[in-house]
Amino acid sequence: MRITQGTFSFLPDLTDDQIEAQLRYALGKGWAIMVEHTDDPHPRNILWSMWAQPRFDLPEEEVGTAVGDVRACREAHPEHYVKIVCYDRTLGRQTTAMSFIVQRPSDEPGFRLERIAGSDRRQSYALHPYAADRPAGARYGAANGGGGR
Amino acid sequence: MREVLHTGTATKGTRMASTSTSTNGKKDRWASGVTPYAEMGYYDADYVPKDTDVLCAFRITPQPGVDAIEAAAAVAGESSTATWTVVWTDRLTPHEHYQAKAYQVDAVPGRDGEYMALIAYDIDLFEEGSIANLTSSIIGNVFGFKALKALRLEDMRIPPHYLKTFQGPPHGIVMEREYLDKFGRPLIGATTKPKLGLSAKNYARVVYEALRGGLDFTKDDENINSQPFMRWRDRYVMAMEAVERASAETGEVKGHYLNVTAGTMEQMYERAEFAKELGSIIVMMDLTIGFTAMQSMSHWARANGVILHLHRAGHGTYTRQKTHGVSFRVLAKWCRMLGVDHIHAGTVVGKLEGDPGMVRGYYDVLRERHIMPDPAKGLIFEQDWASLAPVMPVASGGIHAGQMHQLLDHLGEDVVLQFGGGTIGHPDGVAAGATANRVAVEAMIMARNEGRDVLGEGQWVLQQAARSCPPLAAALEVWKDITFDFESTDTPDVAVTPTPA
Repeated sequence: MRITQGTFSFLPDLTDDQIEAQLRYALGKGWAIMVEHTDDPHPRNILWSMWAQPRFDLPEEEVGTAVGDVRACREAHPEHYVKIVCYDRTLGRQTTAMSFIVQRPSDEPGFRLERIAGSDRRQSYALHPYAADRPAGARYGAANGGGGR
Repeated sequence: MREVLHTGTATKGTRMASTSTSTNGKKDRWASGVTPYAEMGYYDADYVPKDTDVLCAFRITPQPGVDAIEAAAAVAGESSTATWTVVWTDRLTPHEHYQAKAYQVDAVPGRDGEYMALIAYDIDLFEEGSIANLTSSIIGNVFGFKALKALRLEDMRIPPHYLKTFQGPPHGIVMEREYLDKFGRPLIGATTKPKLGLSAKNYARVVYEALRGGLDFTKDDENINSQPFMRWRDRYVMAMEAVERASAETGEVKGHYLNVTAGTMEQMYERAEFAKELGSIIVMMDLTIGFTAMQSMSHWARANGVILHLHRAGHGTYTRQKTHGVSFRVLAKWCRMLGVDHIHAGTVVGKLEGDPGMVRGYYDVLRERHIMPDPAKGLIFEQDWASLAPVMPVASGGIHAGQMHQLLDHLGEDVVLQFGGGTIGHPDGVAAGATANRVAVEAMIMARNEGRDVLGEGQWVLQQAARSCPPLAAALEVWKDITFDFESTDTPDVAVTPTPA
């Protein structure tokens, strides 16, 4: 399956040029740029690992610095999900302005839906990422010591 | 004016006045009988509104022969302390304090017989935290006044001192986005169709297909409550199966607005509690339940961490006509105060009423922190929202993927675009319809961010995206000629408005 979190997941994977164009837009808005990665893409996992510190006050012409962060994170974690998070500190927003996936593991096994039957036809649901059966760091792909599923 | 109101009392009024006429020829303020409202203190051209006053702008159409200032004073009087005749018991009160004051009355340019009256109300006239009380005063009595041909409440300025007595939206736009983990694009949804008659299982089928295909939300329609063909509990259980299945297949947070509208508050709480227990992130209610019931649900939603959607069912009965009723921008302010997370606010391009400038005004009222007057948007007063959370507007009714560039241009990013027919009516099925909408919105955002002119190049952007997305290509083809190009009934006074192309 293809996890469709993020602003652009229904489009073909972004090329490096497309990623740079989005970063330029974000920097033009004055947003801070963060690169985050994970091997636990549960939809409720809001705390992906940060790749280095967020980039604040980066001028648009230095977009290459942010592109470099993306590249370095991908190289260090080739079988992780990697996303770019743009942060807007404007009064009243103070939250993420845009967030999109820029790398996926070679195989995305997806989630198992677990049901627990309750009374009166009630069901309780739990989403279980198949990849999370393995320990953190070994969930996806040979590069991280795991075979995925 | 008084003669128009009560021709039978004119003689009496004259007789009473003759015994107590002061030297300037006017009736004494406190003599029994009838004194014009304007002379009783309900009109004061020199009054400077206080920062704490509630201000109202009324469009007044007096009956022939009725003076505009007296008509405005009558509205101020009847929406605050006055009754039709002098009462001595007024003198037991500091009545000057409690009297609303019409402080400005202007003829509306280009609208024969219409006047805009600005009226100030002291904050002491209103109970803290009660939209029911506010509206009972402001629109309680005056709209049926015989001396007026028509009356419309166009705008209100709510002072922060009063705003801060309201909870406001249970969660607001920022918290909703963090809750959903969805940023940087409009959210997209669909209302299940047909709105009546589906069994619970078939209903869940539509929900599941739409959500797995790419929508963020699906929605009960306003009149889906608990009818013989599908009881609420069965719908809730099966719709949540659909939501969870779709979430597992996409890795995204998904939601279905479960309508908790019912005949009593007790039933609504029961349904909302059950929705929460099943894990639903959102419930909805209809405007028809009333202000107090909505405010109760708002407090429930804050306490229980459930997003609250409002369908403005019935609003057109009093918001649509230009000369009589209550403008939707006022209703939107009340709803932000009583507290909803979503409210339907118009599409501009869809099948329902909505002048582009006016709709932008509604969206500003719902989303901005601070609003400045703007006649082109129908905004008369400055309004500081005093950190009350913004409301996510919902655009629903006759919109489709081929309009995505116009929707983004008119409505912006913080909006839920609801494609009901535009999803479920797709020739290749519900999931394909959902995918078409999702691809269209993502492609348009990406193109805009890349610096493209959304309006000018929008069609081209959609065609490009459709090359790698057959469902979008099919959607563009089947709805290519569908527009709803009718003249709006409620337009700004300042200029003739072009209809959306």
